[in-house]
Amino acid sequence: MDTLKTQQVTFKVFRFNEETDYLPYYNTYTLDVTHEEVVLDILNRIKWEHDGSLSYRRSCRHGICGVCAIKVSGKAVLACKTRLFDMIDVFGNELVIEPLSTKRAFKDLVVDKKDFWDKHAQIKPYLEAPIDEHPVTENLVSPHDAEKLLEADYCIQCGACHYSCPSVEINELYIGPAAFAAAYRFAADVRDDASVERLHIVNEEAQGVWDCVKCMECAQVCPKEVNPIEKITKLHNMVFEANIAKNNVATRHAVGFAHSIEKHGLLDEGELVRYSEGNIGVLKHVPVALKMFAKGKIVLPWNMPKADKLDEIKKLVKSSSTVKF
Amino acid sequence: MEKLKYALFTGCTAKESTPEQMMSTLAVAEKLGIELVELTEASCCGASHLQDYDDFLSLVLNARNIAYAEKHGLTMVTICNTCQLNTAMTKHRLDHNAELKAKVNAKLAEVGLEYKGTSQITHFLYAIIDDFGLDKIKEMVVKPLSQFNIAPFYGCHNIRPSELQNETHKSPENPYRPTSLDDLIIACGGLNVDYEEKNKCCGFHAELQAPRTAAVLTGNAVAGAMDANADWMVTPCPLCHLKLDTQTHHASVAIGRDVSLPVLHMQQMVGLALGCTPAELGLNHHVTKVDFV
Ligand code: SF4
Ligand code: SF4
Ligand code: FES
Repeated sequence: MDTLKTQQVTFKVFRFNEETDYLPYYNTYTLDVTHEEVVLDILNRIKWEHDGSLSYRRSCRHGICGVCAIKVSGKAVLACKTRLFDMIDVFGNELVIEPLSTKRAFKDLVVDKKDFWDKHAQIKPYLEAPIDEHPVTENLVSPHDAEKLLEADYCIQCGACHYSCPSVEINELYIGPAAFAAAYRFAADVRDDASVERLHIVNEEAQGVWDCVKCMECAQVCPKEVNPIEKITKLHNMVFEANIAKNNVATRHAVGFAHSIEKHGLLDEGELVRYSEGNIGVLKHVPVALKMFAKGKIVLPWNMPKADKLDEIKKLVKSSSTVKF
Repeated sequence: MEKLKYALFTGCTAKESTPEQMMSTLAVAEKLGIELVELTEASCCGASHLQDYDDFLSLVLNARNIAYAEKHGLTMVTICNTCQLNTAMTKHRLDHNAELKAKVNAKLAEVGLEYKGTSQITHFLYAIIDDFGLDKIKEMVVKPLSQFNIAPFYGCHNIRPSELQNETHKSPENPYRPTSLDDLIIACGGLNVDYEEKNKCCGFHAELQAPRTAAVLTGNAVAGAMDANADWMVTPCPLCHLKLDTQTHHASVAIGRDVSLPVLHMQQMVGLALGCTPAELGLNHHVTKVDFV
């Protein structure tokens, strides 16, 4: 039999009971862990051998129910799927165990996911299609059409991406990566009739896809490789394709790139800000622009550099453009 | 060692709002004996926004840029994290999807070009670390940065998604504990400070659309570095640089605390250690004054 490799690890575990505590605190436990153990095994051992009051969620123990998501030293993981030795490789022998959101924790590692589920509900996470009460055949989707979902349907609603997303953290209206992935999942389903309605929801300023800062954290963290930012990009594309993009700073910012590239090959940074904000809106950028100008950081229109072989670029922009705004 | 030679994809920012980045890239390449062939025909990579509007057009344009690097038979080197991501992502998608590659090539054929997939794409930071070698940098340091606490700021698009970027980095970067920039600071003789925000987002890409979110992220990043006693910050991304260097007023208002630190481009830091002059490195082009040299 293989001898088990073990390492001594110190766990700093977040503790908070909203019924009795004013402030959260951390308990420290030092345990010998084996290379076979996952994070959930350690939580179980702490609960069973050290402190029965420790609370956390677990159910399937197979990485499919999504309830055991927590943060280990800042990285959101599924406790039941994440090997301790992998965490030690990344973070060393002192690991901090915290809920997905310390703000939303009400009992130790258990968080109130109401905001997550509300946002999930907001995007209409179900198929809208006429129902045939007496179908003679199944409503089949071809493999080719199923591929269009890009595995967005693999999401297990664990919330790892949602509670790692900086835009969710800062802007409480922002719908967030998991719900966007779900919005894409249904909008891309050939059987669905509510795609445009859903696209209007994700197209709204402040709550919608335009408020994503493109940090890629959701793609990095997802334990099911759903890649939410890829779906967010698809939703951007679908908004334009469905011709429902509103003429605002967000959409003009995206479209401005195409204009600039066609004109110069490169991006005209100053003109992009003016085009995106409009002639009035651009005024709020004047103080920063003046400071940049003083430091030689603004190129004046007549000095705007151009790419060589601009004719080639112009030709490709013309022939390869697939959307209009 | 055989002389290193790359096809330089400058991106737009180095030609416009961060001239100092272009200057310092060329100065450092010269010191290190790295030959850079500038891809003057290259277009903008779309900076992740053209992709939102017209994904196919962005693929064609990025494939065209790579095709020019291929014509030179060289690895493409980028000097912007977002250019790195968009170009590497284009390469990944075309190399893994023959149908898409054929569609893109049908367009490129109209201008007599073909994307083959023969050139690699790397960022100058990783060219220095993986190809040139930190040990050799260390040997070449003439002005060690030993009196400075330096806060590395990685920028999202070099480190996430790591599966994609690790296709180009020879030593995989851990997105939760990235080390490349820390290692480079140490190689330059500086002291690398650790702080929570070093691998977080600066907010650049949503500055116009979501100004408050963007400003809070900028503020948190600079505040994190200040709280870790940094004398200055260093970043491999000109977009992070712009955000952290020029937007500190909005950031201070957003987080209710005055934040401001000099933010150097990775190339400027290396250049200082290698003995380049501040003028060669364009240190006078910063909005937040670089007053320690
Ligand atoms: S890429 Fe966008 S949605 Fe994903 S975590 Fe970052 S801000 Fe959130
Ligand atoms: S997209 Fe991934 S990380 Fe986000 S909730 Fe779904 S499974 Fe979890
Ligand atoms: S317990 Fe179900 S995913 Fe971990």
